Amino acid sequence: MIARLHGFEGGLLNEFRRMEHEMDKLFSAGVWPNTIHSVAKDSYPPINIGTTSTQVDLYLFIAGVNPESLIISIHDSQLTVEGERLISKDTKVKYIRNERYDGAFHKVVNLPEDVDADKVEASYSNGVLHIVVQRREASKPRQITVQ
Amino acid sequence: MNNRNDMTEREVVTQQPVATSQTTIRPSVDIFEDETGITVMADMPGVSKKGLDVQVDKETLTIDGRTEISTLEDMEVVHVGVRATRYQRSFSLSSELDADKTEATLKDGVLSLRIPKREQFQPRKIEIRTV
Repeated sequence: MIARLHGFEGGLLNEFRRMEHEMDKLFSAGVWPNTIHSVAKDSYPPINIGTTSTQVDLYLFIAGVNPESLIISIHDSQLTVEGERLISKDTKVKYIRNERYDGAFHKVVNLPEDVDADKVEASYSNGVLHIVVQRREASKPRQITVQ
Repeated sequence: MNNRNDMTEREVVTQQPVATSQTTIRPSVDIFEDETGITVMADMPGVSKKGLDVQVDKETLTIDGRTEISTLEDMEVVHVGVRATRYQRSFSLSSELDADKTEATLKDGVLSLRIPKREQFQPRKIEIRTV
């Protein structure tokens, strides 16, 4: 048996490249508005945050948790995600590498002030927790004329 | 049986195959060994079965995964904890392992690989016959 689960060939590969390019563009852009800050660096889990004029999207990279065990709350535009990832360790085996995060975590993110705490949706897929928080109407950009 | 303290641990710092300019994430792994084989668990959040590629070439095991995360077109990025969209890591396997019998499962972004030892390295139970 050739231990190959899935291959990328020809057109498919190009499709991935294109997607990858878009993802890179999105996830590595250097624009950091000062509305969202105080996300501690290097703490578990890593998180990506993006905003549009109508919503804030948060992506938390937490593989292998039971989504029902996660506690997500918003208080005064501060979003908190709490949970734990417990890795059962068999004492009879010999560990060669032991790098995966094991334990409780607590992530706090300051959101823009215009978020609507009543309009939050969360989904968990392939180990990524995606939280969408809607922003209030009033925050959409409006032009102010100088008198 | 013999003193092996090396089943997979030598990690291969690869000459990056193809798509070199892309930065890749080195997934965190747990690797453990028991009497019958080794288990590799790798965190690859964002990777679905479709984006995952596990290959064994001679005695090198390579795991490669691409994240698929839906994003909005006009989204402005404000914080980036995970910069790359691809995970990649290689290990060299001991010849005691039967890589052709590797079994892989992917659940909630965690890849589990089970690689059994070759039969001659499996513990053997000797039946004692009563005469």
